[in-house]
Amino acid sequence: MNIKKFDSRFEILSIAKIVQENEMTKTFVFESSIGGKPGQFLMMWIPGFDEKPMSIAFDDGKELWVTICAVGPFSQKMHELKVGDKVGVRGPLGTHYKFKAGEHLALVAGGYGAAPMYFVAHEAVKAKCKVEFLIGARNKDLLLYGQKILGLGVDLHISTDDGSAGFKGYITQVLDKVMDEKKINQVFTCGPEVMMKVVGQVAEKHGVEAYMSMEKYMKCGIGVCGQCAIDDKGDLCCKKGPVMKWSYLKKLPEMGQYHRDAQGRKHYFFKPLAK
Amino acid sequence: MANLEVNFCGVKFKNPTVLASGILGVTASSLKSVIRKGAGGVTTKSIWLKENVGHKNPTMYGTENYFLNAVGLSDAGMEKAAQETFPEYNKRKPGPIIANIVAGSIEDFGVLAEEITKCDPDIIEVNIACPNVEDSHGKPFACVAGDAAAVTRAVRARTNKPIIIKLTPNVFNIGEIAKACADAGADGFCAINTLYGMGIDINVRRPILTNKSGGLSGPGIKPAAVKAVYEVYKATKLPIIGTGGIMTGEDAIEIMMAGATLVGMGTMVYYRGAEGFGKVAKEMAEWCDKNGVKDLEEIIGCVHN
Repeated sequence: MNIKKFDSRFEILSIAKIVQENEMTKTFVFESSIGGKPGQFLMMWIPGFDEKPMSIAFDDGKELWVTICAVGPFSQKMHELKVGDKVGVRGPLGTHYKFKAGEHLALVAGGYGAAPMYFVAHEAVKAKCKVEFLIGARNKDLLLYGQKILGLGVDLHISTDDGSAGFKGYITQVLDKVMDEKKINQVFTCGPEVMMKVVGQVAEKHGVEAYMSMEKYMKCGIGVCGQCAIDDKGDLCCKKGPVMKWSYLKKLPEMGQYHRDAQGRKHYFFKPLAK
Repeated sequence: MANLEVNFCGVKFKNPTVLASGILGVTASSLKSVIRKGAGGVTTKSIWLKENVGHKNPTMYGTENYFLNAVGLSDAGMEKAAQETFPEYNKRKPGPIIANIVAGSIEDFGVLAEEITKCDPDIIEVNIACPNVEDSHGKPFACVAGDAAAVTRAVRARTNKPIIIKLTPNVFNIGEIAKACADAGADGFCAINTLYGMGIDINVRRPILTNKSGGLSGPGIKPAAVKAVYEVYKATKLPIIGTGGIMTGEDAIEIMMAGATLVGMGTMVYYRGAEGFGKVAKEMAEWCDKNGVKDLEEIIGCVHN
């Protein structure tokens, strides 16, 4: 039996570097690899405090990056950590983005989705893919990873809700235009579920499959607790996902509608319409 | 092919494999997917009268030979079960469902029994592993024969559904506890709940689970489960869901020989995925065919003969 295969205990890593990305966001750098692929996630443990799933922002076999926005108690606690502090990680977990050498890809990032999409772009450029990198944010200050992305030599398209940078409007409008003008092979997206749903619809309109990074409340990350089961198939986000394809997701009544909390209670993204 | 169908407390199961409580049981669609993948039946996550928050992560992890968890029985409460989980499950119901209920007081168990009966589960499984809030030492109901029997009586008085009591292995004489529950009106048992365990991360010098200790399950506990099922069968002769460390068809056959009618599996999902239910059932059928067993019911409790 492959003993390591069934060992989901933590690997303890020291924080080697902390990069302030913007007011709310830091990237934690570890001088170690867990063999993560673009789109996969890991479980991050602050010993004695809590443990949460985080996307892998980068892993090149030498360095591991995790980019975290301080939005809740766990991420705020992460932001208090200093270089040299120890955390536990287990992973990589879940599915990842797949592409063939030379493909023309459109990567659509909403807000903090820029971090994992950067990782996809980095690997895709290495595989001689042509990459359209689309990034949308509420305003200019929330645009993440801009300089890093430009350094990859990809075509960057920006939109902001307030027009403070790039196109004023939704990134999905930009995607529609890009797909009108260019022959895209696959669309990958990471961002709010409601945005990704529109990305899926736009890609479908152009006859192209879209893959997206789904986010559901997770506890174990290893396919046991059932917390991240998605209606109505009951498939687990941590196992079948987090990267799943639009042609599958679009049939699910949960897609773009609701998510669940730690007790399994539904929360709608919008108020359901009265019947 | 051997007949894998079994009758448990008057309910037919297409095969003896049952999803144990606490695994993949948050939503109706998740429970239904487990039946699609081959389980004979499913058990819900423990249902409380009111919301129960549970513990913070890490709540579970595994190794090649054991698994530790302390989820803390998180649940949204009876309201979600009544308004969402059961109505959704019972729409084009794919197989039997066992409602697992849990409470901290005997009175709450009674109210829950009545409320859950309205959801029309096939069987009610009573989780008595929680500390009794009325006990000055907070001892679990499952550890005191009189308390276990009192819970059984309270549930029996409020439902006509078959009731089974989920027993803990963390007692001196599990047969005595089972006998007390049987005398109080239990129709059967589920044995065993998890053992007590703790794991420490030696690099950061802290217990791995946020709750520090938790429930031990997985391949290594199978002998404890087989022994407990043997004792409960001997003491009561009532039907039993044998659970604890069952990973393969041969494990399932073994615990049935000790006295189990159904075979509960939870941690198996970690090692084999939910598809494991179908695989275990297939392995059981293969064993039967190889050993000339036509009807699986003939091996139940056979070691007692």
